[in-house]
Amino acid sequence: MTTENTTTPASGTTAVEGERYSPENPAPVIEPPRARTTRTPRSTRTNFELYGWLFMRLSGILLVFLVIGHLLIQLVLDGGVSKVSFAFVAGRWASPFWMAWDLIMLWLAMLHGANGMRTIINDYAQRDNTRFWLKVLLYTATTFTILLGTLVIFTFDPNIR
Amino acid sequence: MPAGTLYRGREGMWSWVAHRVTGVLVFFFLFVHVLDTALVRVSPEAYDDTVAVYKTPLVAFMEYGLVAAVLFHALNGLRVIAVDFWSKGARYQKQLLWSVMGLWGLLMAGAAYPVLSHAFRELFGS
Repeated sequence: MTTENTTTPASGTTAVEGERYSPENPAPVIEPPRARTTRTPRSTRTNFELYGWLFMRLSGILLVFLVIGHLLIQLVLDGGVSKVSFAFVAGRWASPFWMAWDLIMLWLAMLHGANGMRTIINDYAQRDNTRFWLKVLLYTATTFTILLGTLVIFTFDPNIR
Repeated sequence: MPAGTLYRGREGMWSWVAHRVTGVLVFFFLFVHVLDTALVRVSPEAYDDTVAVYKTPLVAFMEYGLVAAVLFHALNGLRVIAVDFWSKGARYQKQLLWSVMGLWGLLMAGAAYPVLSHAFRELFGS
């Protein structure tokens, strides 16, 4: 969006907000950067990026509450981090409410973070191979961490010893 | 602004840079945090020994940094949503950023004592 590309209408005045276009003075056509054809690879014919964009905003709103609540409980209230122990975790995960809280927070935060990292890899890794292997590493680490965290929440045993 | 760059500087670009940096930092911490919590499946001792590291003064300051990163990312994320979905969001993006920074400073001041007091007690005695 550079100013040099701003279309100047036929009248010679610069385009301003509220400029009226009419059949005699049609708005400039903006070519799509990549037209979709039947020969476009399947992965770019879907709305994946749109749903990813929407997911970042929806999960972001939920995570604001989940994560700030989590930080309040773990780091601020009732002595801060000094009261955190196995017994404290056992006390909280005795309640399905906090299990659900932590499970939803785990999944949303990992997927939100992974999608953000995917964007950053796409932005900065220029070689196809580098991008591919960085994403393999990202998706492997993400899948492992989500599964491990889920397993820990569901199989937690307060009487392990 | 230097020639030949798309980077525009000022509030818009720097908040975008800070959003990326804080996002990556929090994401990397998340991996560590799931791993340390997974130790509750090993033994209470393994978990308590590891959480003891979180209670040392040095790591307490890193936790304050984590709070700083999370709060900025959360508040600026809400600003991004406002820019995308609120009809006047883009026009007021600078004011929104300065509101974010003001609220961030306020919350960081409020978090300082609860997050750091035990570190100061340990460093300088109670």
